[in-house]
Amino acid sequence: MSATKPAPSPSATMVRCAQDWRRRAREQTIISLLILLVALVALLDVIRPGMVSLNWISSTLLYAAPLGILAAGQTLVMLTGGIDLSVAAVATAAGYVMASQATAQGDARAVFFGLGIAAAVGLVNGIGVGVLRVQPLIMTLGMSLVVAGFLTVYQVLAVASAAAVPGFVTAVGSGTSLGFIPNSLVLWVPIAALVIWGLRRSGYGRLLYAVGDNPTAARLAGVRVWEVLVVDYVLSGLLAGIAGIDLAGLTSTATIDLGNSFLLPSIAAVVIGGTSIFGGRGGYGGSIVGALILTVLVSLLTIIDAPEPFRQVLYGAIILGVAAAYTRVVNE
Amino acid sequence: MNELLEATGIAKAYGAVVALRNANLSVRAGEIHALVGANGAGKSTLVKILTGAVRPDRGVIRIRGEVLGTHSPAEARRIGIASVYQEPALIPDLDVQSNLQLTATPSGPFRRWLSELGLEDLDLRTVARDLPLPVLRVLDLARALALDASLLVLDEMTAALPADLTERVMDVVGRQRSDTRAVVFISHRLTEISALCDRATVLRDGETVGVVDVGEGSEEAMVGLMLGGTVAEAAREGAATPTTAARAGGTPRVAVRRLRAGTKLHDVSFELHAGEVLGVVALEGQGQDELFRVLAGAQRPAGGEIRVDGTVVRFGHPSDAIRAGLVYVPADRMEALLVQRSVRENVALPFVNTPLRWGAINMRREARLVDAAITRLRIDTRAGSEVRRLSGGNQQKVTIARWIAAGVRTLLCFDPTRGIDIGTKREIYALLRELAAAGAAVLLYTSELEEIQLACDRAVVIFGGQVVAQLPAAEADEPTLLRAAYGLLANGSAAAGSASAQATAGGQP
Repeated sequence: MSATKPAPSPSATMVRCAQDWRRRAREQTIISLLILLVALVALLDVIRPGMVSLNWISSTLLYAAPLGILAAGQTLVMLTGGIDLSVAAVATAAGYVMASQATAQGDARAVFFGLGIAAAVGLVNGIGVGVLRVQPLIMTLGMSLVVAGFLTVYQVLAVASAAAVPGFVTAVGSGTSLGFIPNSLVLWVPIAALVIWGLRRSGYGRLLYAVGDNPTAARLAGVRVWEVLVVDYVLSGLLAGIAGIDLAGLTSTATIDLGNSFLLPSIAAVVIGGTSIFGGRGGYGGSIVGALILTVLVSLLTIIDAPEPFRQVLYGAIILGVAAAYTRVVNE
Repeated sequence: MNELLEATGIAKAYGAVVALRNANLSVRAGEIHALVGANGAGKSTLVKILTGAVRPDRGVIRIRGEVLGTHSPAEARRIGIASVYQEPALIPDLDVQSNLQLTATPSGPFRRWLSELGLEDLDLRTVARDLPLPVLRVLDLARALALDASLLVLDEMTAALPADLTERVMDVVGRQRSDTRAVVFISHRLTEISALCDRATVLRDGETVGVVDVGEGSEEAMVGLMLGGTVAEAAREGAATPTTAARAGGTPRVAVRRLRAGTKLHDVSFELHAGEVLGVVALEGQGQDELFRVLAGAQRPAGGEIRVDGTVVRFGHPSDAIRAGLVYVPADRMEALLVQRSVRENVALPFVNTPLRWGAINMRREARLVDAAITRLRIDTRAGSEVRRLSGGNQQKVTIARWIAAGVRTLLCFDPTRGIDIGTKREIYALLRELAAAGAAVLLYTSELEEIQLACDRAVVIFGGQVVAQLPAAEADEPTLLRAAYGLLANGSAAAGSASAQATAGGQP
């Protein structure tokens, strides 16, 4: 929110009026998303009475965590007007490499390997987009194919060592504490806090918005835009790596299509959450609610026992509806 | 009376921001009618309503007595309203020819108007993106004229034009007077209005506050109405009077020697001292854009030398120039603003421009510095949560406030008063004087020659990419500057330069 003082001439009430209105509009989007979330949960409870319980909430959060963490990286990239189509492949690579190295290298080193690969892919993306000025869509799509290809080769070569997800990763990814608190919140909550705080209160966060809004203006103000972009894609890669490891823990297995189904939901969560695909506007709070909505939606569609094509149509239609409604709210 | 257009009680609000409260505009056939008002008075909104681009909340528009029903650009065009908006309307990635086809502009009349306006040599296959702003403006005008409309609406048509093109445009527009036609002419240049228009409608804060018959003394009347009684006096007194800067020899803040860049800047040398405002005067396309971009680090020079405080510098990126204390306010506000972000984030942008400052922001310090700059420039932040909702003048102030908040040593201002109202202009002159008095050095390019004597200590005139004259402000009256800008001022070393410049200046008469 702008903390700027009004100019002396216009009346103070006018100022407050205008600021109130803007704030309400912005809050309303997130409030209406929350209402939608609650409505979906209520619908679920109507269709299958007694289904919504502490346990259900807990497992929904466990399932939402990998998507939510992927969406964090996607949010950071989309704020600059970019997109990261390699998040799913990177998540898969991180989870699979971690699992296949765990027996030979030890658990901690295996996790480190997985994250290292994720960051390395992010770095290549960042250099491609920031320094060589390749379109983000092309760059990350290309890298996602490269990563998937390497992973297939790696699977053949490393077939001897069976993929085994370390125990503590499984505990974080799928366990609960005190009966119902999902352990993966240990990852998700600090990440969410850091991303939300960083976007509002850190210099780097400001620059993500600035670069997304107007790279020329950022450059003329003395910002080296490539530095911002390289770090941005590395962060997105790292977050995808964390999500992949969390996902391996959730499913207790690691295959080479571990995270593949998460690519489009990671983008949908961000868009539903109100971040502009053209950059410069949005934030992570909305993406979190977006990830929760998508997760609840999937479980809703699973229990209504409809044929798969019908479920797909409904899933797509709801995403389109939410995105369209959001555009209306923002553009008055 | 023979009213061609009658708009009554027009109101329009964008959210809580009221653009128009109660605007009335009545235009007779056969007249050129000026629409004047300070920035944010609602002129552009009224134009967009007349041309069907924006739907009013209230009010009635009658064309020849007939109520205008639907509001759409197509409807407006059908009943004979053609317009030129403040920003170029051609699609940048298409060539001129395709743009004409896209808008179904008759090409015969278009060509004829183009040659009337002095652009008969233009290649219509040129992609719009590659054309300079003044040419784009003239193309928009030719396109509007070619539609043969009965009402022509020109929003800040002359704002970005150099003196020679302005003259031609005024001439062509003046000849639009006929029994069945009328022109609505919007400009901040009152001299143009006096020379061209028959009557003027004055808007203030979204309301029509008066209609003035243009003639003897009408400029004062318009300014009075525009500013509202009491403010008018203050603004008139507020006109900055150049002080003789304390230029006690010493090392110049910036010394430029034999600078070359791009295809237009050939050989420019001058010195800029702390405590002075140095004006740069040039016709369109004489290399001034390149000069400013090179000094700002946004473009690399082809040769020559820049010294800052006596040390030779080489700028590879704007951040290098900023570190050396040279900050740049570009001509196009859209190059400098984050339009979806708040005033505060816009002003505070330079605070976070290096990785060393990527960490936590000291919000209190930031708020203090930003608020101080906002107060100093008197920025109206009513719509401050998104800069795109501010009026043009306020947006311009934000681009300057950024560098005031960051602490300015050398300010490079490229035409900062283009298309903004008299009150704001004077505030900006006064601010530049204040900055200079406090020890800053200011380099000011202006397309409005009178600004030289209002704001500057000295002026350099560039023609054909070379400096053809350097004058103290006292000698830099408009006729002298204009002659120099056309390369007509014989003064020693400049004479040889201007001869060769004549060849490179291209389309200039």
